Amino acid sequence: MREIHLSQITAAVRDLTVSANTHLGQDVLEAFERAIAQEVSPTGKDILAKLIENAHIAQEEGIPICQDTGFAVVFVELGQEVHLVGGELKEAINEGVRQGYQEGYLRKSICHPFTRKNTADNTPAIIQVEVVPGDGLHLTVAPKGGGSENMSRVTMLTPAVGIPGVKDFVVQRVKESGANPCPPTIVGVGIGGTFEMAAILAKKALLRPLSSQNPDPELSTLEQEMLEEINCLGIGPQGLGGRITSLAVHVNMMPCHIASLPVAVNIQCHAARHKEIEL
Amino acid sequence: MGEAIRLTPPLTDADVERLQIGDRVLISGVIYTGRDAAHKRLTDLIQAGESLPFDIKGQIIYYVGPSPPKPGRPVGAAGPTTSYRMDAYAPELIRLGLKGMIGKGARNQQVKDAMAEFKAVYFAAIGGAGALMAQAIKKAEIVAYEDLGPEAIRRLEVEEFPVIVVNDVRGNDLYEEGVKQYAITG
Repeated sequence: MREIHLSQITAAVRDLTVSANTHLGQDVLEAFERAIAQEVSPTGKDILAKLIENAHIAQEEGIPICQDTGFAVVFVELGQEVHLVGGELKEAINEGVRQGYQEGYLRKSICHPFTRKNTADNTPAIIQVEVVPGDGLHLTVAPKGGGSENMSRVTMLTPAVGIPGVKDFVVQRVKESGANPCPPTIVGVGIGGTFEMAAILAKKALLRPLSSQNPDPELSTLEQEMLEEINCLGIGPQGLGGRITSLAVHVNMMPCHIASLPVAVNIQCHAARHKEIEL
Repeated sequence: MGEAIRLTPPLTDADVERLQIGDRVLISGVIYTGRDAAHKRLTDLIQAGESLPFDIKGQIIYYVGPSPPKPGRPVGAAGPTTSYRMDAYAPELIRLGLKGMIGKGARNQQVKDAMAEFKAVYFAAIGGAGALMAQAIKKAEIVAYEDLGPEAIRRLEVEEFPVIVVNDVRGNDLYEEGVKQYAITG
């Protein structure tokens, strides 16, 4: 049994929270470069170039890429041979979030649903724990902005609609979202499972590096077909017109009930932030 | 892309009437921040017949909740938030003399109608470019609702703050026109 002290987890979450918010992933920067080459709208090209400049300023000055430093979504892959010592996992993660948002000058954006009173430290985090084989512990911190999250939806389709019905739902969601979620977006799609699992699959799909191939050839084709349809919509960077409305569509799928076809669309703005570490 | 138009608030009817969708504008001078919670409070004051914490005539409100400043800086990152959440409150502020709003995303018909009737415009700033936008903000001070934290109303001094006209006083909408221009159908 390997022991991991929870103070290590707090420190890791703190550091990942700050670096995710200030350092945009290389895969996203490369996707911006490809998008500039493909975009036909001069305004669109200009916006994409400014997004690259923005990422550089954020990194150099250690300030957030976007003022909406998001809800702290934390994925934990916990090896079953690991014994956590020195406290509680949930509290250790929340303490890391608390420290990261305070010390990193990140915006605290979490509030009571009705009174709108701010919790003042950006907790609670959204924590997903999965127990996996081995004695490792993998942490991913993915701050999620409100603007693109607001454009996300879960639906329970009729199985008869099949692949065309799923594609139509995804493309329509992007179309109706227009400029709101800060295009160019990344579209996470979860198909199957239950109501809540579809949403989790969609969120996890956003963690996959851009330009990576879906290992399932059928889903890879589906992703490409949906991306092409989305990029015919004309929404473009910031919704001001153009070809690059989304940088990628990522699909995760699992079996569902014989009565159901759950589909979730989790839209991610271009500030696609996530950082991970193996402890 | 043509030469950018320079504007300094307070703006007059003539200032906004000459703006057209797609115009690039550089704003210098004072603008005010406000998001959902601050707009609700402003609206409550108006309904109670009380005066607002700043003179809204000719002003521009920027829909933003900046991240906290590092020491020595006026603000942290400061890009626009999504504007539709302010649609319920905007027409009344426009009627009282608000001339400009900066945000991202489409406005509803009521806001567009108010902009046409009372002469106001809606500008888009680049969403998600908070670090870049902050470079144009030289000074920030809270003028009301400090308890709202990031949502407090701030008076910002800006220099060449870059925006694009999305809705003009003639009812045009750059989001609709842009999509029409670049959509591939069939």
